Amino acid sequence: MKIIVCIKQVPSTNQVKLDPETKTIIRDGRQSVINPFDTYAIEEAVQLKEKLGGKVTALSMGIPATQRILREAMSQGVDEALLLSDRAFAGADTLATAYTLALGARHIGDFDLIVCGRMATDGDTAQIGPELAEDLGVPHVTNVSEILEASDKELLCRKVTDYGTQVVRMKLPGVITVAKDINMPRMASIRGVRESLEAPFTMLGAADTGADPARIGLKGSPTQVVRTFTPEKTVECQFLQGDAKEAAGALCRLLKEEHLTGEEA
Amino acid sequence: MAGIVIDESRCVGCGLCVKTCPQGAIEIKDKKAHVGDGCIACGMCLDSCKLGAISRTQEKGGEDLDSWKGILVAAEAYEGKLHSVTLELLCKAKELQCDSKCGISAFLMGKDVEKLAQELINHGADTVYLCQDESLAYPTEEPWADALTSVIEKARPEILLFGATEFGRSLAPRVAARLRTGLTADCTVLQIDKETGLLQQTRPAFGGNLMATIVCPNHRPQMATVRPGVFPMGQGEMRQGTVVRLPVPALSGRVQVESAQPAPESKTIADAQIIVAVGRGIGSQKNMQYAYELARLLGGQVGASRPLVDAGWAQYPMQVGQTGKTVAPKLYIACGISGAIQHMAGIGGAETIVAINTDPDAPIFQSAHYAIVGDCVEVLKEMIAQLQK
Repeated sequence: MKIIVCIKQVPSTNQVKLDPETKTIIRDGRQSVINPFDTYAIEEAVQLKEKLGGKVTALSMGIPATQRILREAMSQGVDEALLLSDRAFAGADTLATAYTLALGARHIGDFDLIVCGRMATDGDTAQIGPELAEDLGVPHVTNVSEILEASDKELLCRKVTDYGTQVVRMKLPGVITVAKDINMPRMASIRGVRESLEAPFTMLGAADTGADPARIGLKGSPTQVVRTFTPEKTVECQFLQGDAKEAAGALCRLLKEEHLTGEEA
Repeated sequence: MAGIVIDESRCVGCGLCVKTCPQGAIEIKDKKAHVGDGCIACGMCLDSCKLGAISRTQEKGGEDLDSWKGILVAAEAYEGKLHSVTLELLCKAKELQCDSKCGISAFLMGKDVEKLAQELINHGADTVYLCQDESLAYPTEEPWADALTSVIEKARPEILLFGATEFGRSLAPRVAARLRTGLTADCTVLQIDKETGLLQQTRPAFGGNLMATIVCPNHRPQMATVRPGVFPMGQGEMRQGTVVRLPVPALSGRVQVESAQPAPESKTIADAQIIVAVGRGIGSQKNMQYAYELARLLGGQVGASRPLVDAGWAQYPMQVGQTGKTVAPKLYIACGISGAIQHMAGIGGAETIVAINTDPDAPIFQSAHYAIVGDCVEVLKEMIAQLQK
């Protein structure tokens, strides 16, 4: 089975802090990591390969330094990696990103399955998987929590919906996005880390992939951010005084006054 | 294409824009600011420059944008009922189009959904595009996208709205990619810009610490998803409308739902009105019982912060925050939760937040309405004792 796993480099979110005065992001010491949701995609792709044989290729679009997280994926069982990196790709929204990743997937060629994380922690859109599937003209299933059967012809999987779960059969080639509890991502082995340094890594630019300049980067992005602002703090916090008993009493009275206890809520 | 350009004749290299840029994309070279690859054209630097040296280039999309009119809402139905978010979107659509009379339409697809068309009309739809068939028991992306695209080509709506449900978040990007237009996920504010007539779509970024307003100037329709519970639902009234029947699209059969298993009966925190949420400050797994007892007395559910789920003291479906559930209860009692931005991203919709924490500087107090500085276990015990009276 030939599998592609799409990964994204994101800021390690627990280090994102805002400067209280300028309200801008403090960038010092902010490290980039593999999007946490993508680590489950990597593990699932590698497990499928170990079961069925074949190859896993990691695919990413980003700055050249993204190579580091692709090597990390290779230390966890991914066989090779393709990085799409070009100034012309910069500023892409999800539509342009999905188009670019589709070019990468076509370059890798002949894939049976593309595995994506459910979403990225920096954008939270969950749009890339379905947009990529549409660009490639293949079906997709989102939020897969378990793969029940797999061959290079079709996939039987369980997906989480708003109302419970569904068992879904998808003809391959296709795209899945995986839920975060689908597996337990492995730690890289020392051997894996060593091998990842030698593993095949390719970096391609816009021209190498035959990209339409009108569909990539800022130019290929229909959406524009016109304004960013810090949400206004509208809440005035009322501190309840006294020891635990007094404070709890005051709180219970307030909740009753606001009809927030029991059935009245 | 829009981009940020620096007028070098005005730039003195003061570096104010460098400090302002959330992307770190501007640097000073030879005493002039230079915009690098990381620029996402957010425009924050525009206001930072005291000398007016920064401007935005704009490319006008000449395509017949004016021929796109009105608002289309993609409805969602489950087990013979409309999803609440569909009615919330119709209510919002009425508000957005109050100046113009271009019409609101709804797209409704599924098995036995015809009876829901009148409800869509009563809540504001002038036209309902109905695609009904026995074979459409479970929504799947490709046939739904096929039918919806055919409606869009015919009706040419200026704005297309989806609920950010599991299915809506899967269908909308598929449709956006097919139409090659922009899509903004999880909007919390939608308004029409009076000058440009564009839909301004505001959504949280960076875990809710920044809000970003996004537009889609040169492509139609302008597409957005909105999470359930963000907008009010409004009252329906008896209205007249048109129902347009659509042919059933050929099913590709590439994705087939073989069976569906409903979620277990137990209520989930996603639609709980009262949540007692627990963080590391609870101290031990044994103390979780007090949270459960208070939740029982209040008629609510227990939620948890990520560290507790990671520690195995709570299950993942209980996790509130960026990587867990987004909740919108009337009352949220945060016990021993410090209020990391990832957690706060999940409780933006809570009406009243109560925070109990030993640390008087905990960030949770910034967003709380009522606060108690103290050990949450002691306060929980006292609250239980007083409510039991």
